[in-house]
Amino acid sequence: MIETELAIVGAGPAGLSAAIEARRAGAEVLLIDENSRPGGQLFKQIHKFFGSRSHKAGTRGMNIGTELLRESKELGIQTWLNGEVCGIEEGHKLWVVRDRSRSEIVKAKKIILSTGATENAVPFPGWELPGVMGAGAAQTMINVNRVLPGKKVIMLGSGNVGVIVAYQLLQAGAEVVAILEAAPKLGGYGVHTAKVSRAGVPFYVSHTIKQAFGTDHVEAVEIVKLDDSFKKVPGTERTLEVDTVCLATGLTPLTELAWLAGCKFCYVPVLGGHLPIHDDKMHSTQPDIFIAGDISGIEEASTAMEEGKLAGINAACELGYIAPEEAEVRSREIWDSLNSLRSGYFGQKRRDSKVSILQKSEELISYFKAMII
Amino acid sequence: MCDEIICRCEEIYRSEIEAAIEDGAVTVNEIKRFTRAGMGLCQGRTCRRLVERILSEKTGIPLSEIQPSTYRQPVRPVRSDLIQEYNNKDQKED
Repeated sequence: MIETELAIVGAGPAGLSAAIEARRAGAEVLLIDENSRPGGQLFKQIHKFFGSRSHKAGTRGMNIGTELLRESKELGIQTWLNGEVCGIEEGHKLWVVRDRSRSEIVKAKKIILSTGATENAVPFPGWELPGVMGAGAAQTMINVNRVLPGKKVIMLGSGNVGVIVAYQLLQAGAEVVAILEAAPKLGGYGVHTAKVSRAGVPFYVSHTIKQAFGTDHVEAVEIVKLDDSFKKVPGTERTLEVDTVCLATGLTPLTELAWLAGCKFCYVPVLGGHLPIHDDKMHSTQPDIFIAGDISGIEEASTAMEEGKLAGINAACELGYIAPEEAEVRSREIWDSLNSLRSGYFGQKRRDSKVSILQKSEELISYFKAMII
Repeated sequence: MCDEIICRCEEIYRSEIEAAIEDGAVTVNEIKRFTRAGMGLCQGRTCRRLVERILSEKTGIPLSEIQPSTYRQPVRPVRSDLIQEYNNKDQKED
């Protein structure tokens, strides 16, 4: 068995930021990631980030990743790669499978779950054919592994992921046959959408995929128009020749470990579905478990890094490395930053949803306090 | 309508999930036990939300009130000897 003060599961933007803050404060940190390299999704973000300069806007995601890795190396943060956390028991004991070949038990005083998210699927006849994949998977293939998933791609979903990946597929040399959007309006930021549109990619709003054809690989898809209540309109089908279908239809937080640990959950559709209830210190309803990043609600790398810092600082505070007053002041600064990131049309919705989670957390805390009295 | 696979790991079709609901399943756990949807390698990571949506559509239960199916460790597909190794280590420490 291995003992540590703070175990962090997931070395993406949230986990790395948490590790850096906690280690800097003096805590003993073990950072665990199931992938062969750290950074989460940052290294496939070859585009520049949005927001203000203090949030690294104008910097490419992969460069932010490099910077975080440099810092974590300088601080000597112990990192296990190829480490799959398979379970959690008694609120503080992690079962880790390392290199797919041995089981280890890690006993941690505090745990931060920054496990990220998984891509949503959309079922249609033929979606199990090779060539149908998440847009994020296609992005990993082109930007990390330098492999083109196909030559003629259709993108389902016009949110930021859909349009950004469509543009990067064009840059990588694929043809993007069309971008479909089930809603009557496009989902992504105008600047991304315009760029793809200028490149000649047609957009179809109120459309979805009815089925995919092919024997051992996608060869074509049939698309269909949707009415105001998202029902398929018969007679509007048309067939497009494609060899790749990318699904950019949102993400779901990866919450398995939080469920196993007994965290209480709430259902917030805007943030991706079931989420562990947490307070403004990123504390879950379990005494020694914090959460940060997409597991606490689907947002962006910029907010994930801020939440990671919050979790790292407050975990270090509970371990006795940061005075409560100092943790309070620094948390408040991070909240100012989070609030400015969560502004604008899309951001405000997320901010309102986050406030609703914090309220649930306060209700629960007062409920349990009342029970004790 | 053409049928479609919902759980890719166990190759469970939409029609099988709908049949389970017609036979009386009202929770995702029940659908899982009726059909094996969500019991394959990925442990429902891909189909979990699809099954929840079908259940909501067929029964009228709002998505907010549908409880996800039970999570159990290991949450990643691992070799069975590693489960044994974990249990041995775990017992030694207790």
